[in-house]
Amino acid sequence: MLAEYFPILLFILVGLAVGVIPVVLGALLGPHRPDPEKNSPYECGFEAFEDARMKFDVRYYLVAILFILFDLEIAFLFPWAAVLGEIGLFGFVSMMVFLAILVVGFVYEWKKGALEWE
Amino acid sequence: MNVTALLDTLLAFSESKLGPLWGPATYELVTSAVFIVLIVAPLMLCVAYLTLWERKLIGWMQIRIGPNRVGPLGLLQPIADGVKLLFKEVILPTNANKALYILAPMLGIMPALAAWAVVPFAPEVVLADINAGLLYVIALTSFGVYGVIIAGWASNSKYAFLGAMRSAAQMVSYELGMGFALVVVLMVSGSLNLSDIVNAQGRGLFASKGLHFLSWNWLPLAPMLLVYFISGVAETNRAPFDVVEGESEIVAGHMIEYSGMTFALFFLAEYANMILISTLTAVMFFGGWQAPIDSALFNLLPPFGWLLAKVFVIVSLFLWIRATFPRYRYDQIMRLGWKIFIPLTLVWIVFVGAWMQTPWNIWK
Repeated sequence: MLAEYFPILLFILVGLAVGVIPVVLGALLGPHRPDPEKNSPYECGFEAFEDARMKFDVRYYLVAILFILFDLEIAFLFPWAAVLGEIGLFGFVSMMVFLAILVVGFVYEWKKGALEWE
Repeated sequence: MNVTALLDTLLAFSESKLGPLWGPATYELVTSAVFIVLIVAPLMLCVAYLTLWERKLIGWMQIRIGPNRVGPLGLLQPIADGVKLLFKEVILPTNANKALYILAPMLGIMPALAAWAVVPFAPEVVLADINAGLLYVIALTSFGVYGVIIAGWASNSKYAFLGAMRSAAQMVSYELGMGFALVVVLMVSGSLNLSDIVNAQGRGLFASKGLHFLSWNWLPLAPMLLVYFISGVAETNRAPFDVVEGESEIVAGHMIEYSGMTFALFFLAEYANMILISTLTAVMFFGGWQAPIDSALFNLLPPFGWLLAKVFVIVSLFLWIRATFPRYRYDQIMRLGWKIFIPLTLVWIVFVGAWMQTPWNIWK
């Protein structure tokens, strides 16, 4: 059972190798001439001012939280969807009750303006 | 056939040399490694030539010729580009978090490649025929956002930071649409195994008459196909959803500080992801390796050829979209993801679920 996952582990390692090898090659083959101007952050020719890690809009944070909620919902839907053909009407109705409760939350956040980006 | 006989000889050889304990394990390692190389090498070639095909196709659409200087018809252009990038300096910005800065492009390309482990290329031809295939694909396509956000944070540059914030919010929003669309596919297929999902599309009223293409998921799940494909375009940050890179406003976003091979990896990852999303669209909605009509003429092309043809058409659609549509505004992107796709997919889950409870259920 677990042996079926061995090629996947191997593939992930190969994927990392495909990432590491070109960077190593590039670092070896390319020139290396550091320069304070070249290594400073790009700002369209201006001197960099302020910290680059500035305050950002709280809505990005809100989207991240809402994403976690809905992604969790998808995680709950997966096992249900896989066996929907076998669990019949009872299984279907129970999930509809669960979805209805979540839709109430979705409508609430919509009305509250959490999805507005004007 | 011959390949199986060869593999059996290999297994016997490995067992006789290394003993019953280490022999089969070594055999497993060697065959898996060979299979992986057989996937990754052609894939990287496809990625290289997809960049050329993109420039050619968009050139033709704009009544230009496209690259035509390097080799006949510009066919050596991707190789020239690769060699050029290889000999460029890999710049490490002074303010950057060095380790994370180098790690980010690698985290970008790894999931774009590793997700291919569960893709069925033809009947019985799949590297890891696992039961949790769809879950694995979703996990790895979600992983792509790490490369972008780590790059944006580690670069310590304002444009990179803005690009990373935009992309994180955009990618997670469209992941929901994609996830819900796949839940519907899962409902009608009843299995997380991608080969089973393909096989399930070969059954039904039309398929029994030989008209397989009418039994594929695209017809009963057409809205989900649209949601999945458009979310795929947004997920790979392609035009018209490319505000993440937005060259006319935030000059390439998270990639701005990268140069040489570290930049090339982001580029490769984007194109590898495009091919991956196209392949998954073909597998989930267009019957994977199945021929559209079960007849001697259509079966002349082997199953792998059909998958390749479908993927080619869908990938070209990505390029066509880029040539046609102007870039969306960020608020429009978020509105499409949250206010249109999520309600639409939720309604379709309820609709298909209810349909499956009726006597007219076509997915028994």
